[in-house]
Amino acid sequence: MKPAARKKIIQVIGFLALRAAMFLVLAILLLFLYDIGKNGGGVISWEFLSQAPRRGMTEGGIFPAIFGTFLVTVITAVLSVPLGMCAAIYLNEYAKQTGLTRLIRLSIRNLSGVPSIVYGLFGVILFVNVMRFGTSVLSAGLTLGLMTLPWTITASEEALKTIPNAYREGALALGATKWQMIRTNVLPYAVPGMLTGTVLGLARAAGETAPILFTGAAFYLPFLPKSLGDQFMALPYHLYIMATQHHAILQVRPLAYGTALVLIVLVLGMNMTAVVVRYRLRRKQR
Amino acid sequence: MRKKKWKNLKEAAIKAFFFTCGILAILVLLGIFLTLLSTAIPAFREIKISEFLTSTHWDPTSPEKAEYGLLSMIVSTLMVTAGAMLLAVPIGIGVSAYLSDVAHWRVREILKPVIEILAGIPSVVVGFLGLVLFGPAIAKIFHTGNGLNAVNGSVLLAIMSLPTIISISEDSLNAVPRAYSEASLALGASHWQTLLRVKLPAALSGIIAACMLGMGRAIGETMTVLMATGNARAFPHGFLDSVRTMTANIAIELGEVPYFTTHYYALFAIGLVLFIMTFAVNLAADVVLRKYQEREQ
Repeated sequence: MKPAARKKIIQVIGFLALRAAMFLVLAILLLFLYDIGKNGGGVISWEFLSQAPRRGMTEGGIFPAIFGTFLVTVITAVLSVPLGMCAAIYLNEYAKQTGLTRLIRLSIRNLSGVPSIVYGLFGVILFVNVMRFGTSVLSAGLTLGLMTLPWTITASEEALKTIPNAYREGALALGATKWQMIRTNVLPYAVPGMLTGTVLGLARAAGETAPILFTGAAFYLPFLPKSLGDQFMALPYHLYIMATQHHAILQVRPLAYGTALVLIVLVLGMNMTAVVVRYRLRRKQR
Repeated sequence: MRKKKWKNLKEAAIKAFFFTCGILAILVLLGIFLTLLSTAIPAFREIKISEFLTSTHWDPTSPEKAEYGLLSMIVSTLMVTAGAMLLAVPIGIGVSAYLSDVAHWRVREILKPVIEILAGIPSVVVGFLGLVLFGPAIAKIFHTGNGLNAVNGSVLLAIMSLPTIISISEDSLNAVPRAYSEASLALGASHWQTLLRVKLPAALSGIIAACMLGMGRAIGETMTVLMATGNARAFPHGFLDSVRTMTANIAIELGEVPYFTTHYYALFAIGLVLFIMTFAVNLAADVVLRKYQEREQ
């Protein structure tokens, strides 16, 4: 065989292998979505979405879990979004390239690698015990808030980086102080991007289970949380219970599938909204 | 004059406020470490550290003698992680090479958000699918009981770490200067040869860092392994054995243990071991990645 032909054949085979890897990943994703859609779709009804579980969670719906996940995500956002934005403003607008700045950045990168169950342990000590919030929706939300902090900071800083320096220099040249410059010429343009970026982090928090296992999520509650000091039901924890801890696992499997479908639609819905809004924003800025 | 002074003061106060938010990241990381350390230390009033790290028997609720040996769980964690990397590294590098060098840019624009979707699937959903989908399949293929074993955990962790590996590897492949591949192509090498012998070696440190970050994620993953590996406490002898990882053990036992007992403290000691392991892996990945970026500049 001619060397050139051989080279060509090897290339074709090589690229085929790379395509196969891509198809494998796509196939896994489609298999996941198909299986959950097929088995969960039949369970979804207005009753399933709006009612509480009944008869030892073998019947009824998942409304308390939907409500709990919503509530805990709001608390997460209240802690994580403002703090993350302010930290990003410091890093992008004020900080100089010093050892301390590098240490901050290193900490942020490492925080995003800390296992979620370790955040759960930290939350048990800090929020449940030391701050005496008990196992409550507040403790769980704050724990998730700390966990999302590195993501919120990174996403907010990305948004700040897209603001051209000319905007800043224009304000400074007119005699504005640094804060006036940030307030009038940076933040108005950066905040939409910051918010969309943080939604991605919040979507991940909404689907997390390990950090809320011991900080406030409840197996079953016949009522909705009335205050921030109450325990709560959450979609991911409810799925875990229905899949592994329930006394009649096979009987409630359809309900578990339904819960998984609602959870995935919620999380991916948040994700996709953020991605689409981000895409639109970027196009507008160009 | 007084107005200017007031203005300066206000600016300084605002800067101080943002600075406080900035150093929060350091405080949280330090806080996590110190909290784990201080809660883990009381455990070693009753447990010998050597026993904790080298014994394979974990039975804190035994009526005769409570045993706190972590080794089986460390081995289980390392086993499912190694299995996951064995699957995820070649596939992840393959996909990233496909995205950076083979795919048309339009296809790439569609596929990259798809990878983000995979990253967005909650771990508890992946664990659930391991339970209902992969478990029965693995049981059939390997003729084992229920398919809840280290193989299942490895497959799921591979899927969970793929998005990390793919996106960072692709970034580093794209960061290889175009002059490198142009020089190689001009010398008559094919695209495949250029990819294999020029671009991959040039991007190697970034790819290594990507795999390490993926590995860190696999070590710390809780819900998937908790739901799909069967959680047997015995020392694992093969990939078809049911295993209990460190993360799963914390998740299983912390809910039942009374606060401020040796058992409770011991679970925090496991958390500390976990923290140190993932911290080391992430830090190493970070060093590799930074060095690489400095060299590029």
